[in-house]
Amino acid sequence: MADFEDDEFDGPVKKFMYVNRKGPYGTVYALEGLEVVLITAAFDQDVSMVFIDDGVFQIKKDQETSGINMKNFSPTYRALEGYEVEKVYVERESLKARGLDEDDLVIPVEILDSQQVADLMDQQDVIVSF
Amino acid sequence: MALLHTVNKSPFETNSLSDCLRRAKSGSTILLIEDGVYGALLDTTVSDEIVGRNAEIKIFALAPDLAARGLSEKPLVDELQLIDYAGFVDLVEECSSVQSWL
Repeated sequence: MADFEDDEFDGPVKKFMYVNRKGPYGTVYALEGLEVVLITAAFDQDVSMVFIDDGVFQIKKDQETSGINMKNFSPTYRALEGYEVEKVYVERESLKARGLDEDDLVIPVEILDSQQVADLMDQQDVIVSF
Repeated sequence: MALLHTVNKSPFETNSLSDCLRRAKSGSTILLIEDGVYGALLDTTVSDEIVGRNAEIKIFALAPDLAARGLSEKPLVDELQLIDYAGFVDLVEECSSVQSWL
């Protein structure tokens, strides 16, 4: 039996990947996905966050939402590092297809190509997709 | 006055913009709203299609939706006109009817 006296979670550490594929405001997936990552970060798992397809638009710089009466949650991605979510990846092909590059993003990320994303997915215990 | 077409989906996720462009007649108007404003970006895998039609079709984008998505400073389709919500209402009023490519 696990010993629950300690405050620290001491169960098995699994590899979790959160896959973000939607733009930020057209649907609620992006915001919900970010909230789930921040909540689950408390459980000391091996977390990766990857932005592919329209998901790369979530972390586009210069979002200014006062005109659409929605909360601009793009600054919240900067909190990921503080929650020890340090493995943040963006797919090169997705950026290029959308006329974007690394300088367009609100947080520092590691750029991977599609094959590397595929390999990373293959290594996970759990994949959660938004 | 000609038809107003609205497109509210990302051209990278659905074919809505392409479907719209295929049916939009010369002299008609297309308004990009919500995630549809991603279709206003230049230098993308889908921009050739809209760039080929922007001389014969009036193309508008809702500026608050562009700003929300951080696109105000990015290169956008030539001849694209930015409008606000009041401009959206004016377009609806001016056009004979509205087709929403949902």
